[in-house]
Amino acid sequence: MSQAPHKMAQMPSKPPFWRDPDKRAMLFQALALGFVLYLGYSLVSNTMANLERQNIQTGFNFLSVSTGFSIAESIIFYDEDSSYLDAFFVGLGNTIYVSIIGIVLATVIGFLMGVARLSNNFLLSRLAAVYVDTLRNLPLLLQIFFWYFAVLRPLPKPRNAVEFGESVFLSNRGLVGPKPIWEDGAALIGWALVAAILAAIGIGRWAKQRQAATGQTFPIWRTALALVVLLPLAAAVITGFPVSLEVPELKGFNFRGGMTLTPEFAALVLALSTYTAAFIAEIVRSGIMAINKGQTEAAYALGLQPGITMRLVIIPQALRVIIPPLTSQYLNLTKNSSLAAAIAYPDLVAVFAGTALNQTGQAVEIMSMTLAVYLFLSLAISAFMNWYNARMALVER
Amino acid sequence: MAEKYTPGTHPDLPPPKNLVGPAAWIRDNLFSGPVNSIMTLFCLYLLWVIVPPLVNWLFLNADWIGTSRDDCSKEGACWVFIDVWMRQLMYGRYPAEEIWRINLSYILVVLTALPLFFKAVPSKVKGALAGVLLIVYPIVFFYLYVGGSFGLEFVETPRWGGLFLTLVIAVTGIVASLPLGIVLALGRRSEMPVVKSLCVVFIEFWRGIPLITVLFMASVMFPLFVPEDLSPDKLVRALVGVALFSSAYMAEVIRGGLQAIPKGQYEAAAAMGLSYWKSMLLVILPQALKMVIPGIVNTFIGLFKDTTLVLIIGLFDLLGMAQAAATNTDWLGFTIEGYVFAAFGFFVFCFAMSRYSQRLERALDTGHK
Repeated sequence: MSQAPHKMAQMPSKPPFWRDPDKRAMLFQALALGFVLYLGYSLVSNTMANLERQNIQTGFNFLSVSTGFSIAESIIFYDEDSSYLDAFFVGLGNTIYVSIIGIVLATVIGFLMGVARLSNNFLLSRLAAVYVDTLRNLPLLLQIFFWYFAVLRPLPKPRNAVEFGESVFLSNRGLVGPKPIWEDGAALIGWALVAAILAAIGIGRWAKQRQAATGQTFPIWRTALALVVLLPLAAAVITGFPVSLEVPELKGFNFRGGMTLTPEFAALVLALSTYTAAFIAEIVRSGIMAINKGQTEAAYALGLQPGITMRLVIIPQALRVIIPPLTSQYLNLTKNSSLAAAIAYPDLVAVFAGTALNQTGQAVEIMSMTLAVYLFLSLAISAFMNWYNARMALVER
Repeated sequence: MAEKYTPGTHPDLPPPKNLVGPAAWIRDNLFSGPVNSIMTLFCLYLLWVIVPPLVNWLFLNADWIGTSRDDCSKEGACWVFIDVWMRQLMYGRYPAEEIWRINLSYILVVLTALPLFFKAVPSKVKGALAGVLLIVYPIVFFYLYVGGSFGLEFVETPRWGGLFLTLVIAVTGIVASLPLGIVLALGRRSEMPVVKSLCVVFIEFWRGIPLITVLFMASVMFPLFVPEDLSPDKLVRALVGVALFSSAYMAEVIRGGLQAIPKGQYEAAAAMGLSYWKSMLLVILPQALKMVIPGIVNTFIGLFKDTTLVLIIGLFDLLGMAQAAATNTDWLGFTIEGYVFAAFGFFVFCFAMSRYSQRLERALDTGHK
């Protein structure tokens, strides 16, 4: 009994602070934070000193100044009097435009190649494998250069352009075709299209609910297709086809009028979509292979046809595996579209971080705006991915 | 003439003739149904359209010998172009009498790396060799390439180029990104909130922006960030950018491995009384890194391909040199040859890496998942 106080005394009352994990962690974190703050401080002070030395005004005032340079293609209105902010939106618009078209094409090619890779046909699966292995192992920039400098630029000059049926011309200035000119009343056709799409979505929902309630199926796709085609057509008939075509003409060294698919845009989209498709093909293949064979066998045992098995049993489960890496491929494609700068397609990096930066010298402001755009895009896509993962995760009881 | 066999003594019959052999294989794999047959015919047609002209262009109709563009008279590729520009494509504008320095480093790397591929070499020797490869050689080669000391002539970095520059950038990125990536991944898994959030911000920032903007930053903003008298070389700036960029990707790959280690391993290491760093270095990381080798190699491949982007800020790597050669006024019109050669160079390295990673994956597969 008298031993107890003695024993207590032998126990170390309190470890020294460098042995206490909590205190050590605090110290370590304080050091890390201090280091980062110091780094940030020295970066900012160096930058301020350097800017002052070079007589560069900081601030975003330059955004409202007119640029004085022209941009080869744009999906929004832009001319030489437009401001740097307009140039920013032109670049952003082009980046998004290229990305969307690239994503759609890459998905289609990628799924086709992924399925072809799994085909029972020996020749087809070998060819798809060669496609995937070749394109994945070559730098994207090389592929962009190949399409642009080796395929599209050496096409004949506009004077000797290859003609397709009188109004479509292929030359080293791109593919030029007739452009539809919408006249009065054409808006009705657009509204009819919107109404048709909304109606198709509504019918789809109704059909799904009815099938869940009664088990009766409804030909949704055929109805939707008919709606989307027939309703705008009817509107066009009512308004008396208020569309005329503007046919391109050869004037001087280039074509005037019409719609142009420029070689820069085409090279970028082709390279981006075929390159990304090779990655998507592998994702699709591994997604389908990840589904247990028992699922197919169980579906057959229930008497489902192979096509329906694929559509209703395999694909929905494979998508759970496919979608997360697929979204990161989409993000990669969007980021890779910045390689446009190498072939002078006016995307965000080429127009804003390239031309505008060289003209104004506002490196800090322009780079931070450009980086902010890409960071926003990637954060938005990862937020979507998390939401999708949470929605799709297996609910286990 | 039915022979009588007692049950169980009937000899094994060969399989029916129409189920084995090349004919059956072709029927099963190429013509098993109408759709399959159409696809086979389509593929054959595609091969017929692509392969013979390609072989003709690449080999049969190509010009191989000569010194100027006049020697290229045939229809096919003009490999004379590549031959004449070979030194630039390989070494850039590195002085001709100093090229032995680069070749010496290649030979040293191959000789050191070769034993790593043999099973008979004891693992301690392998570890030492890997240490030499990853730590000693980068330092030695820096002095070897730059020169200016040990009696070597100084070679400024704008003269570096071609495949040599590609390898310098890729290997620097690889060697720097692995340790940085490990530290960042551990930091992201740390329980200290400040360290964790710093690592998360760092990783997400670099992963969220395209490499080309990193290189733009390296070329326009880096000089603003550092004091005036310290204005690093363009190549060094690009190298720093590439290293930071790839370390963020590496960190995410390694984090995947760390997350896949069962909690019991961490607890067991702690129960053994190992400190944090000991438990990480001796227990967790060896297992985690082994698990993510394919991911690491994939990051390397991506990095290797991405080195081409340095041509946008005016460094001439293999692709940049091919591009420069093709725009030389004496050699206009041989763009495709230049690209095919550059593509061949990149393909060899990337394909070898991806096959090696597949082999490692199989070799290291212990059957657990």
